Amino acid sequence: MLVGLFIPCYVNQFYPQVGIATLQLLEKQGLKVEYPVNQTCCGQPMANSGFEKDAIKTYKLFVKNFNRYDYIVAPSGSCVYHVKKHFDIIEQTEEVKKVRSSIFEISEFLLKVLDKDEFNSYFPYKVGLHQSCHGLRGLNLGKPSEIIDESFSITKKLLSNVKGIELVQLDREDECCGFGGTFAVTEEAVSVKMGIDRINDHLNHKAEVITATDMSCLMHLDGIIRRRNLQIKIKHITEILNSMEK
Amino acid sequence: MINHAEAAEKFNRDEEHVNWHDKSLWLVRQKRDAAAAHFKGWEELRNLASEIKTHTLSKLDQYLIEFEEQAIKNGAKVHWAENADEHNKIVFEILSKHGAEKIVKSKSMLTEECGLNHYLEGKGIEVVDTDLGERIVQLAKEPPSHIVMPAIHKKRKEIDELFHQHLKTELSGGDEVYLARAAREHLRQKFLNADAALTGANFAVAESGTIVVCTNEGNADMGVHSTKLHIASMGIEKIIPRKEHLAIFLRLLARSATGQSITSYTSHYRSPKPGGEFHIIIVDNGRTTQLGRTEFRNSLKCIRCGACMNTCPVYRRSGGHSYGSTIPGPIGSILSPGINLNDYNSLPFASSLCGSCSDVCPVKIDIHTELYKWRQVITKDLNKNKFKKIIMLDSGFIFSHPLLFKLSGRVVNSSLKIMPEFLKNNMIKAWTRKRELPRAPEYSFQQWYKKNRE
Repeated sequence: MLVGLFIPCYVNQFYPQVGIATLQLLEKQGLKVEYPVNQTCCGQPMANSGFEKDAIKTYKLFVKNFNRYDYIVAPSGSCVYHVKKHFDIIEQTEEVKKVRSSIFEISEFLLKVLDKDEFNSYFPYKVGLHQSCHGLRGLNLGKPSEIIDESFSITKKLLSNVKGIELVQLDREDECCGFGGTFAVTEEAVSVKMGIDRINDHLNHKAEVITATDMSCLMHLDGIIRRRNLQIKIKHITEILNSMEK
Repeated sequence: MINHAEAAEKFNRDEEHVNWHDKSLWLVRQKRDAAAAHFKGWEELRNLASEIKTHTLSKLDQYLIEFEEQAIKNGAKVHWAENADEHNKIVFEILSKHGAEKIVKSKSMLTEECGLNHYLEGKGIEVVDTDLGERIVQLAKEPPSHIVMPAIHKKRKEIDELFHQHLKTELSGGDEVYLARAAREHLRQKFLNADAALTGANFAVAESGTIVVCTNEGNADMGVHSTKLHIASMGIEKIIPRKEHLAIFLRLLARSATGQSITSYTSHYRSPKPGGEFHIIIVDNGRTTQLGRTEFRNSLKCIRCGACMNTCPVYRRSGGHSYGSTIPGPIGSILSPGINLNDYNSLPFASSLCGSCSDVCPVKIDIHTELYKWRQVITKDLNKNKFKKIIMLDSGFIFSHPLLFKLSGRVVNSSLKIMPEFLKNNMIKAWTRKRELPRAPEYSFQQWYKKNRE
C-alpha cells in the first residue's frame, strides 16, 4: 500500500511538527509513505471566499500530484472535506474520481481503513477535544449534536486509548471555533468572540490542552490564547497519538 | 446595502449583552435537542418532510390551483399578488371596501417582508401586532430580530420601560407577570375594537383549501373571532398537498422552533363566518425566481421554525438586526440575496460554514452549501469585494505554481516572519487586532522532509 501524504499549506509553513507526527504515525503502521514535494494547497481558501473558479488550477495540480497513490492521507478534516465535496466543478476523470474517493483524514484512515485504535501513545494531561466542523459534520468523524442518532466519535475513540490522558467534558461539545477561513478576518469581531467562548469552555473544565483534527481551528484559538496569556496549550491530534512514554 | 460584519462588530462592543443573547438562544437550541431526542424517528420525520417539500415544489403550480379551487368552494375569496406592492394594495382595497380602520394582526413574516404596517399606517389605518413579541418591537419602532421570537434581543427591563412609556404601566423592575397582564389588557381592548383581522399562514393545505396558523398566545383566533373580516396572507411556498401531511410538519415545527411538542394553538381556517368575509392573498414576491434557481430552490422548503438561527454561532453573537433583512440568520442569508443581491451580498459571508444549520433544519435544507454557492455567484456578478478579489487571485496564482509557492514561503519566512497567504496586507491587521500570528518555526515540513527522508 502506497500512501501519499498531503500536508496543508499552513501546516507545512507554521506547524512542521504536525506533518512530522502524521508521517511518523503512518510509518509506524508499516506503510510506505511519500510526500509529493510539488504539492501546494487544496484550494479551499479561495473557494470559500467565493473564488471557486480561480481555484481550478490548484484543484488540477492537486489531482496531478496525488492520483498515483492507493490512499491520500492528511492531518486536516477541512482540506479532505474540500477535496471530497467541492472538486465537483472540474471534469470528473478517472484520476479525479480516484483522488476524491481515496483521500482520508488521518484519524479516520487509522480507524476505518487500517482498523487500528491503539498506538502505544502516552499523554498524561487533561485534554479538551475541539470537534472541527468540517471533520465532524462534513466527513462524519462523529455524530454531530444536532443529529438524533446513536453517539459515536472516531477521534474520541482514538484519544480514549491514549495512556494517561483525561478527556474533559465540555458544555458545548461541538460548537464552531470561529476560524472559518477568510471569515476569521472579514467577520473579525464574531470570529474572535466565538474563539474566546470556545477557549473558556475548555478552561472552565480545567483542560490543559485543546486538541483537534484541524490545525486551522487551533491556529485561531492559539492566536487568542497567546494574546491573552491564557494557561492552555494546543496540540494536533496526531501529536498526541504520536507521543510516547519516555 | 447591508454590511453584516460592521453591524456585528457594533453588537460585539457590549460583551455582556452578547453573552446574554448567546445563552438565551442556546437554551432554545437545547430545548429543541431534548424534544427531538424524545421523539422516536426524528431523522425519518425530517426526511419525510424534506421529500414532501421537494415533491410539492416540483408541482407547485398544480397545488396552488387546487388550493385556490378548494378555497373558493369553501367560500373564501382568493387574490394573487406578484409582489409586495400588489399585496399591500389588495389588503388596502379590501379594508376600504369594508370601511375598516382598526386592524389586529397576528404574526406574519410575509407582511413584514411586504412592509404592510408602514403602508397601511400611511393610509391612516391603525395596525396592531397582537403577538406579544411583535407588539413589543412595534412599540419600540424596531423590526423583529428573530422570526419566532421577535423581541428576543430585548431584556425584561427594556420592556418594562417601553410599557411604562406606551401603556402607562408602573415601572416594575421587569416583573414578567405584571407585564404580561398589562399586555393582555392592552391587547384585549384592541381585539374588541378591531374592524378586521390579518393573519399569516404556517401551512396552506391544497386538498382542503385550509389555512393553518400556529400560535402560542391564541392571538390569531382572538382577532379572527372578534371581527367579521379575515385576511390571510401567504407565500406561494406555504402549500402542502394533503391534510395528513400536517401530522409531519406540525410535529417538526414546534419541536424545532421552541422544543414544544406542539404549539398551544393550531388554528385551521376554512370558511368565512356567517355574514363575514375570508380573503386569502397568495404572494410571489420573488419566490418564483428563487424556484427557478436550481441551486437555491431548496431554500423554499423553509417552514420558518427559526432553528437555524438558534443554533448559528454567528447569529447568536451578532443579533438578528445585523442581517438587515426580514428573515435573519442562515436561512435569511440564502433567501435575502435572492430578493436583492446588491443589498444583501454580505450575508452569505456571515457564516463560518460550520454546517450546524443544515443538521438542525427540519426540512433538511443544505443551508451552508447554499451559502457557499451564493458566494460563488456574488464574486462573479458583483465586483464589490475588490481587495478580497486581489488577495485571492494572488494566492490562487501562487498556490497553483509550486515554485512560486515555495519562493513566497521563503520570502515570508525570512522577511515578514510568517503569515498565511490569505492574511497578507490588509487582512493581517484584522487577524492581529485580537490574535497573535503563529510563531515562525525554524524549518518548514518540506525542508524537514527533504533533509530526513529524501
